[in-house]
Order: sequence, then C-alpha cells, then structure tokens
Amino acid sequence: MASVSTLTTRGGSPPDSIEAHPSLESAGTPPQAPRRRRKPERITKLLFIVPAALYIFAFFAFPVIKNITMSLQEYTTATFFTGEAPWVGFANYVTVTSSSLFGPAFLNTALFTAGSLLGQFVIGIALAVFFRRRFPLNGFLRSLMLLPWLLPVIVSSATWRSILDQDSGILNQFLTSIGVIQSPIGWLSDPNVALLSVILVNIWVGIPFNVALLYGGLQDIPEELYEAGALDGATGWKAFWHITWPNLRPVVSVVLVLGVVYTLKVLDVILGLTNGGPANATQTLAVRSYQESFVNFEFGVGSAWSNVLILVSLVFAVLYLRSNRRAVDE
Amino acid sequence: MDKKPRLPILAGLAIIPLALAGCSSESGTPGAGGSGNTLTIVDYYVNEPDQKFVLEALNTCAAELSVKINRTGVPSKDLMQKVLQMSSSKTLPDVLMLDNPNLQDIASTGGLAPLDQFGISTDGFAPGIIEAATYKDKVYGLAPTVNTLGLFVNKTLLDAAGLTPPTTWDELKTTAAALTEGDRYGLAFSANATHEGAWQFLPLLWTNGGSEDKIDSPEAAEALQLQVDLVNAGSASKSVVNWSQVDVKDQFMAGKAAMMINGPWQIPALDADPNLVWTTVQIPVNRAGQTSIAPLGGEVWTVPQTGNKTKQALAAKFIECITDDDNQLALATARYTIPTRTALADEYVASLPVMSTFTDQVATARSRTGLLGTGWPKTATQIHTGLQLALTGKATADEAFAKALAG
Repeated sequence: MASVSTLTTRGGSPPDSIEAHPSLESAGTPPQAPRRRRKPERITKLLFIVPAALYIFAFFAFPVIKNITMSLQEYTTATFFTGEAPWVGFANYVTVTSSSLFGPAFLNTALFTAGSLLGQFVIGIALAVFFRRRFPLNGFLRSLMLLPWLLPVIVSSATWRSILDQDSGILNQFLTSIGVIQSPIGWLSDPNVALLSVILVNIWVGIPFNVALLYGGLQDIPEELYEAGALDGATGWKAFWHITWPNLRPVVSVVLVLGVVYTLKVLDVILGLTNGGPANATQTLAVRSYQESFVNFEFGVGSAWSNVLILVSLVFAVLYLRSNRRAVDE
Repeated sequence: MDKKPRLPILAGLAIIPLALAGCSSESGTPGAGGSGNTLTIVDYYVNEPDQKFVLEALNTCAAELSVKINRTGVPSKDLMQKVLQMSSSKTLPDVLMLDNPNLQDIASTGGLAPLDQFGISTDGFAPGIIEAATYKDKVYGLAPTVNTLGLFVNKTLLDAAGLTPPTTWDELKTTAAALTEGDRYGLAFSANATHEGAWQFLPLLWTNGGSEDKIDSPEAAEALQLQVDLVNAGSASKSVVNWSQVDVKDQFMAGKAAMMINGPWQIPALDADPNLVWTTVQIPVNRAGQTSIAPLGGEVWTVPQTGNKTKQALAAKFIECITDDDNQLALATARYTIPTRTALADEYVASLPVMSTFTDQVATARSRTGLLGTGWPKTATQIHTGLQLALTGKATADEAFAKALAG
C-alpha cells in the first residue's frame, strides 16, 4: 500500500518526494542516454517476476526437489545433526516397491479415493439441489452443513472412534436395537470393514466442501432456463439431466479433481481412526510415507513413498489440465 | 516520464516481506545463545498436573544453582520432530528431555554430550535406565524417575467373585473369563497399531524368555497366543487392536473391564473416582518360577552439543540436581513414578505403599533400546504388526511375527 501511494504522489509533486525518499530516487534515476532505456525496462519486467518466482521456488520447487533428492539418500536422524546423507541411488524405491505393503497401500489409496469421492459427490450434489429450493431455515441448515468442515479433524476422528467402537459405540447399539444387525460389527477392529468405515468418515468430512462448491455452481444457472424447460415439459429429473447437469459440468470437474488431490493425501482421518490398522487394513500411500518418516525415522524411504504419491497426483493434475484445454478449444 | 524507473523499486519492496519472513523463523526457538547464566530447557510435560510438578523441580534446581531457566514445553508427539529440526538449525537447548527409547537415536547423531566428561556419577541408578541412556558405552542422560507396566485389578469385582489376583497366564485366562459378564470384559490391554501396542506386549514376551531381537521365536508366539486366546474366548474385547492405553484406562474406569494392563501414571485418574477400588500385581508369568520382566518407561534429561562448554557444564550440574535424592522423591511422589536410585526404593514405598508393585517391578525392568539400540523403532513396528495380524485372525500366533518380519 505504501509503495502505491508513493507512486501517485510522485506523479503530482516531484520535488517533495525526491527529498522525502532520497535513496529511492537514486536507485531509480532516469536514464541519461535514450539508447540505454531498454535495459532498465527489461530489469523492471524481471523484477516484477522475481517475487512470484522466489515464492514458487521457496514453497513449491524447493520442497519437491528436496523430496526427490532425499529419496535418493540414506536420510536418517543423524543427518539432521551432521548434515551427512550418503547417496544410495534407487535403493529406497526398491525398498518401497518390494515392501509387502506396496500393493495393499496402492489398492487402499485407490479404493479410499474412489469411495470417498463417489460418496461425497453424490450426497453433495443431492444436498446442493435440495438447498436450491426455498423453505424455512434453509440458510440456517446450510450453515450447519459446514460443521464437519469447521471441526478439527483430530476432534471429529476421536468422536467417530467412539461412535464406531465395537462394544460401546452408539452406531452398533443403534443398529442392534432396530434389528438391522444381530451381532456388533467391528467397524474399526475388523480388517475387512475398517477401510469402509474410514471411507464413510471421510465422506462425512468431505460433504461440506462438495455442497458449498456445487451449490455455488447451481446459483449461477439462470432461472430462465428452468422456466423455458418447464414450458417444454422438462421438470424434475428431466430438468436435472438436461439443464442442471450440463450447466454444472465445469464446476463438477473442478470439484472432482480437487477432490482427488485432497483425498489422495488424507492422513489425519486415518491416523485418528486406525493408525493404518487393524493389521494394516487402512494403510495408504500417505500413511506409509508418514510412518516411515516420523515413526521409523527413515526419511529417505518415507520421501520415496511420498514421491510415489506425488506421481499419482500428477497424473490427475495432467488429466485435469488436458480436460480444461479441451473445454477451451470447444 | 519518470514513472517507469520507479517500478523496480516497487518490485523490490514487494520482496521485503519474504526476506523478513526468512529472518523471523529464528525467534521463539530456544537456542544456546541466551544470556550468561540462563539455561534453555525443552521437555514434553505440557499436560497438568505433570507440568506443574516438573516445573517445581526445575525451579528448585534453578534456585539451587542460581541460574535462570527458559523452559519450552513441546507436546510429546511433536518432540522428536522438534529435536531434529533444532539439531539441523543448531538451536538445541542447553538441557533436553527425551523419551528414553529415543535417546540412543539422538545420541547416535552426535547431538548429545556424554555425561562422564562433566564428572557426573551414574552410580546407584537402576541398571535398566542406565542401559536405556547408554550409547556405545557412554551414558548420555539421567532420569529422576521411571515407570513400567503392571496388572490393575478391580478389587470389588474380584472379591465378589471370591478370586485372588492372577499370577500365571492360566490364572489370568480363568480369572478374566470368570470376571467377564454382560458388557464387561475380564481384561483390557492395548494392542493398537502404534508403539504403545508393542510396549504392552513386551512384558509377556520377556517374561516368557523371548527377546525383541528374535520375535519369530516360539516364546514370542506363545506370548502372542495368550493375547489371542483372551480375545477369542471373549475375555478381552476385539477392540484392543484400536485401544490406546488411555482407552484401556477409560474402559477400566467405566467398569467395562475388570482388569487392565497399564502403568502407574494412570493412578491420579483412577483416584479421581472414590467408588473404584483397585489393586495392582505384577504382570503374570507363563509358568511358575519365571520372573516377571516389564519394560522401563520414562524420560531422560540430556546435555546437547551446543558448542558452549561453560553452559554445557552448567546444564550437567542442573541434571545432577534434578536427579538428586530430594527431587527424585518429590517427583516420584507427585507423579506416581518410581525413583531411579535403587537405594530410595524402601523409603519411597514406605511413604507411598500403593507403588510397591511397580517399585519391585522396576528393579528387574528392561529398557526397550538396551538390546537393539537405534533398531528399536523398526522392531516395535514389526511387533505391533504381528499383534494385529494375529488378533484380527489374519494370521495364526505361530506365523504372525514371521509375516510381520517379512515386511
């Protein structure tokens, strides 16, 4: 802000501000010879790029590069004190891919992401369409919908852990009392069910994000389209398929791609509920990366796991960019 | 016309916040560079009432040595990350508290100073804790007090059933079965997918003659079979694969478990309920004649390599002070932990009889890193993986550890 106002006052009364900012003035002295004017201009352009470039380097490029180099080193607790991390080539990647958890973690990540997205999206769009109607307390209920988003995940996963407890959890007690199940289900203690439970909780966490974005998208669809459609007999499901869905497609693709990227890296929900257990039933790429790095202190192996994860995310990012370009071409 | 040359300045100004952000990261981190006689201290006692008791001990020693202290509390789950971060930025504190199984890991980095160079005597301490604090024949830390595991029994339920506390695994199974009723289980323990699960398995493993460097042994399988039998018989919940030790304590307090394996640090919580009458015994042995061996828990205080020799010597004096007899007894009594100087055991038990079981247990307790050193975290992961495989029926007790070892 301060620099902008300097610029405007400068234009109005040059002598004052020259005295007020002698150092600035000397740095920006107008060029003497006209033929040298082009150079400062190019520097100007470059300097404009510098802040953004520095930012991107410090917060995007550096971590990624560091993560890649780390995965090629034997990076342990000692490295932090001595700074020594011997290069080991692809040994960490061999450790990762030959781990008996590589296949299961990959599969679990895929199931977790697909299941979470499907659930979040279907419920999200249903609720978004529902909230388009006018009814009393609409706004209030819609703001309540944001609750799962506002709660810290550590808090909500602790709550879910007690809800899903096999013996005293309220879910099993409820299902038993209405006669849906005969014996309690080990939501978090049965390896065959645990992944499903973790997905269900993650769906709950993700619904507000989907509703908020999809509801916003629905608001942008002009009311006239529905009125015109209704005249031609398109109401209810027909209106949804032929008016809502096509108009919502750009928003849908954003929601889905962001959803994939957010869900692939989910760690807190799983750590809070099962810690990757029982019997490794909820191990995902993100959990493996975390546990190798911060439980076993094998930072090299941990970063190799996370690079696998980054690679998967990258595939989806490329798909997103391609689909976007096609949309622009159309 | 002179507007354009201005722009570089604007662009330059825009970088300033970035540069400032780069400088400011130093503040708030405890460093060795504090003033003359101020010692920086990092520990993980951030919860009351522990924090209060530890601060009292720290202040006592600060007064005794007439030094100022600048103490930072870091939540236990973040401590190792914080320590690694501090060691790479050369901002380790003058006095650093570490959980004892992490000591060898940090000592192996060269980040800690051996205590013998400051002329500190390690005589009279329980051998288990010295073993935990030793890396390559040098002692790097001392603990004022330690803890371990035992079997807590709900006295009311036990008496009502006309039983006595179990001393063998067979008795443990029959007693647990007898005390199981309705929605109450006979026994609760933690076998979750963290190091807590592994820590709770160690007493069974060691008591049965097993060793953490060979977990695919028959002794280990036998110990695991006990847990499997208890769960399969319905004497312990299938949820043990999810329970932390806090959950186990909650089950016990809620009357949903008649016995539990847990540590003395839970006693203040248990005492909060006057209707709960309980007693403790050592963890049962497989066959009569075996000695119950439990793992040693607790925190050790160390002197990091900060490069400031005078401060390090002062820090060593400080550690000598918090591990002296008076502070050991004060901390042990307040926190329900056991003094590490074995000579204090009788005096301590006389003043706090409820701690007698645990005090006896500490005399034979082993450290988790004594045998494996920096290899312990990996083995702990393999142990809890094995537990989970067997307790969920994914593998038999005989094959579970071999599977876990295969990675």
